[in-house]
Amino acid sequence: QTFSLPDLPYDYGALEPAISGEIMQLHHQKHHQTYITNYNKALEQLNDAIEKGDSAAVVKLQSAIKFNGGGHVNHSIFWKNLAPVREGGGELPHGSLGWAIDADFGSLEKLIQLMNAEGVALQGSGWVWLALDKELKKLVVETTANQDPLVTKGPTLVPLLGIDVWEHAYYLQYKNVRPDYLKNIWKVMNWKYASEVYAKECPSS
Amino acid sequence: MVPAAATAASLNCALFHRQGGLNRATRGLQWTKKQCTRKPGPAIITAKFELKPPPYPLNALEPHMSKDTLEYHWGKHHRAYVDNLNKQIVGTELDSMPLEDVVIVTYNKGDMLPAFNNAAQAWNHEFFWGCMKPGGGGKPSGELLQLIERDFGSFEKFVEEFKSAAATQFGSGWAWLVYKANRLDVENAVNPRPLEEDKKLVVVKSSNAVNPLVWDYSPLLTIDVWEHAYYLDFQNRRPDYISTFMEKLVSWEAASARLEVAKAQAAEREKEQRKRDEAEDIQGSEAVEMYVDGETEDSGAD
Repeated sequence: QTFSLPDLPYDYGALEPAISGEIMQLHHQKHHQTYITNYNKALEQLNDAIEKGDSAAVVKLQSAIKFNGGGHVNHSIFWKNLAPVREGGGELPHGSLGWAIDADFGSLEKLIQLMNAEGVALQGSGWVWLALDKELKKLVVETTANQDPLVTKGPTLVPLLGIDVWEHAYYLQYKNVRPDYLKNIWKVMNWKYASEVYAKECPSS
Repeated sequence: MVPAAATAASLNCALFHRQGGLNRATRGLQWTKKQCTRKPGPAIITAKFELKPPPYPLNALEPHMSKDTLEYHWGKHHRAYVDNLNKQIVGTELDSMPLEDVVIVTYNKGDMLPAFNNAAQAWNHEFFWGCMKPGGGGKPSGELLQLIERDFGSFEKFVEEFKSAAATQFGSGWAWLVYKANRLDVENAVNPRPLEEDKKLVVVKSSNAVNPLVWDYSPLLTIDVWEHAYYLDFQNRRPDYISTFMEKLVSWEAASARLEVAKAQAAEREKEQRKRDEAEDIQGSEAVEMYVDGETEDSGAD
């Protein structure tokens, strides 16, 4: 099976002014596409190595699969995490997710503060996540390095929202001022999507 | 840190200063997180590290590296590392140490102390500016070229390996050409190239702030492959940035100067190691003699 670039559910410019159209286009057409291309290549080599019983090659390919497969997984989630304002981007979470946020973090403001602090403190490249621990039935904030998917931090973690803090996600617009990017991205955050994922994992009364 | 244009005299000063600092800081002491926290008492106003400008004007690398890039990369990123490092270490033991020693101590055998990121990135960036010059590129000459040809097969093969390392460093990091002084027994970290026993020159890559000082290598050349280093000029096209760096920016004079320093340091170390070995030999042989004398006397008494 080969993977292909999922379409963005909105135009490249639709998230402005929070995220520029230039960034969205490069991020989607170049960065995400490259992860997919290299993921497909690595999978092909992996199938080959498995068929030949070449265990050394199988193990050697793991990092390429983690990098590129992780990049594909993470970015596929990311595009769904964002929405233009006119389609509900930035609209606050209601319902069960809203209550869970209050219960586990005190308030939405405190959650955002925490995620932004984690995002600013993350050294190098990586992601900040709002996750559901489906075993503990708790919301948690996690970070992952490079393109490590959330599951590398715990097999029971389900991603609700991810924020890409690789420099390519913001540099052309925000330069070195990552805190401003983090402040503004909440204006286009697609809480509807996060609520749907949460409700599916935690069906409640 | 000594800029590439320094005279031989000041290079030697840096050599001995670094040696002494390393010996004091890493061989005798057990550094713990506790020892690097703020001491009570009147606050010293600023710690001492300075943001030095690159050895050329910010627009001097155009069109290969834009003035914009230098303004942000040096003026914002590098400046922040230096300012934040000073804030972190003011009033602590780290404040009185040369930057290279701060890097090695805070690396702490891989269990990095909080100041490592800023210290290493301050060092890395100052080193990086010195690796480039207006009208750079071309080939090295003299001993550096000889060593490259010996250890890589050819200059072209070295370039291929260096470019590949830079292109395949996933996420943020650096690619390096380093001088390795043939010591596999590295005190403070795992040697990442343990098989390269006879080679003096090696290409290595590192992630985020890590640099080869922590592996006891002497860096000769580096390229910054954090996205902030190339995004304004090349966007996602890191391979193009790397090619431009090699063809138009790299300063082989600076690399050759560092090779001379590295060789001198290695020779000095070898001399000290030989002295220590000789001292141990003398001690050992004295002990044997004493034991033999004691036995003879006892048997004589009976």
